[in-house]
Amino acid sequence: MENLPIGNIMVGLYIFTLSAFLGYHLITRVPPLLHTPLMSLTNAISSISVVGAILVAGMKHDKFTTALGFIAVIAASINLFGGYAITERMLRMFRGRGIR
Amino acid sequence: MEVEPFMNWLNFIYFLSAVFFILGIKGMTDPRTARQGNFIAAAGMVLAVVGTLLRKEIVSYEWIIIGFIIGGTIGLLIAIFMPMTRMPERIALSHSFGGLAASLVGISEYYRHGAEMGNVKIAAIGFEVLFGSITFTGSLMAFGKLAELIPSRPITYRFQNQSNILLFFTTLFIWIYLIFNPSASHLFYAMVLLCFLVGILIVLPIGGADMPVVICLLNSYAGLAASATGFVLENNILIIAGALDGGSGFILAILMSRAMNRSFGNVLFGAFGAISEELKQKQDEFYAGKIKSTTPEEVAYLLENARLVMIVPGYGLAVSQAQHVLGELAKYLKSKGVDVKFAIHPVAGRMPGHMNVLLAEAGIPYDDLLELEPSNNLFPEADVAIVVGANDVVNPLAREDKNSPIAGMPILDVDRAKTVVVIKRSLAPGFAGVPNPLFIKENTLMLFSDAKQGLQEVLNSLRGTVSRLH
Repeated sequence: MENLPIGNIMVGLYIFTLSAFLGYHLITRVPPLLHTPLMSLTNAISSISVVGAILVAGMKHDKFTTALGFIAVIAASINLFGGYAITERMLRMFRGRGIR
Repeated sequence: MEVEPFMNWLNFIYFLSAVFFILGIKGMTDPRTARQGNFIAAAGMVLAVVGTLLRKEIVSYEWIIIGFIIGGTIGLLIAIFMPMTRMPERIALSHSFGGLAASLVGISEYYRHGAEMGNVKIAAIGFEVLFGSITFTGSLMAFGKLAELIPSRPITYRFQNQSNILLFFTTLFIWIYLIFNPSASHLFYAMVLLCFLVGILIVLPIGGADMPVVICLLNSYAGLAASATGFVLENNILIIAGALDGGSGFILAILMSRAMNRSFGNVLFGAFGAISEELKQKQDEFYAGKIKSTTPEEVAYLLENARLVMIVPGYGLAVSQAQHVLGELAKYLKSKGVDVKFAIHPVAGRMPGHMNVLLAEAGIPYDDLLELEPSNNLFPEADVAIVVGANDVVNPLAREDKNSPIAGMPILDVDRAKTVVVIKRSLAPGFAGVPNPLFIKENTLMLFSDAKQGLQEVLNSLRGTVSRLH
């Protein structure tokens, strides 16, 4: 694989930095009440690494990488399916006064 | 370079899912929109996954599908059956899976292209594997401590910090060396193993009460690892999602350590809560003859005649799974016209927001859950404050003794209520290992009992009294 054009990395850094700032401002506005569901949601979102796992598991390079990819798919999909489900389970319990 | 038309579409799909993720997190800023936010974020994930599955690099689906079925089943089973009291364990486990996935993707990328990689790319892979692997074993350790599979007290030995720091810098040095010598594959795999070791060793000396900070930091690492994966695969959605997760964990970690008035360094290297025999003796002297213990009946009497009752839950509530009884007690008191509010310290429990989830599960409306400041404004008006399974977060030493290990930590001023009832199994110290002068205050009554049993007896007594009157 050839070296990455430095431009791509720079764009990546821009994106990373801007998202981190955006995340910072959004998350400071989340009330402590919802900190646990927030953590389980961001955790579910970070199971986006399943994208990488899918690519590794599905490109049939050799047995070793397929095995690594397979385990990575399992690990990531535990968070993917479980993360949103448990966040929903928690959030369903939060009720305001008089709302039943 | 010619870009095939599908990749344009795919990049657009990834872009959409990034927007969905951001909107999803925005939904979490208000309890009324939170469920909607979760749904939007999940939709974003479906988009990204389906888009990826259509890529032409993927020639075989069998392992992907089997992996999805296995992982999905495990994930859903955990999500459905994990008790809310065990939420910190489940979060720690999920960070560990996240770290493992990122680390494995990194390893296989290196395995495929290792030697021919440019140094920018190898730097990204190294970063991904570094954070992914540390998160993997570190979170497993945190899980073990939370589940009490290993002692939750700090495990310390001589030169622990020095050797940990040395180990960490060795790992870092290998990473830097690899950037300039990408073909040194033995070193790469050695680095992976070292990272696993670092993850284990770094969590060993951290006590259970510091887990909120540790969980947040590991959350942040898992996010950074995912973000690095994005740099490796040149995939922006991974960079964005990882940055959001990394940022979120980091902010929560700051909030948590601020709530304990401690620095990250102190949390990570301070071995806080290592307890000595000598201390226990001192404590016995401290309490000797000054404790007033009470009975469930007396507590019931106090509650019946109160206008405002404030309840302070702590980790002990989760341990004895007393949230439902507490919910019933609150409901009963309210039905008798007593106002009931809950005062929640940011680090009560073992992760941020732990108590809120438990009380929500017990059917308590979130308007009755107060944060630190409003709680402290209200305590002077409270007739009774009940402390259930909390200790350090209500210790007035934090305000009064500048030399105490918890000096300066913001606490809930329960001692300002007219009467304080502390439900606690014994006089065992909290994690800070200091005696609590609250227990010997004039207006404090101790109800020595398991949280669930004690609350149940108070509730029975309340119901009993009323039925006698009628």
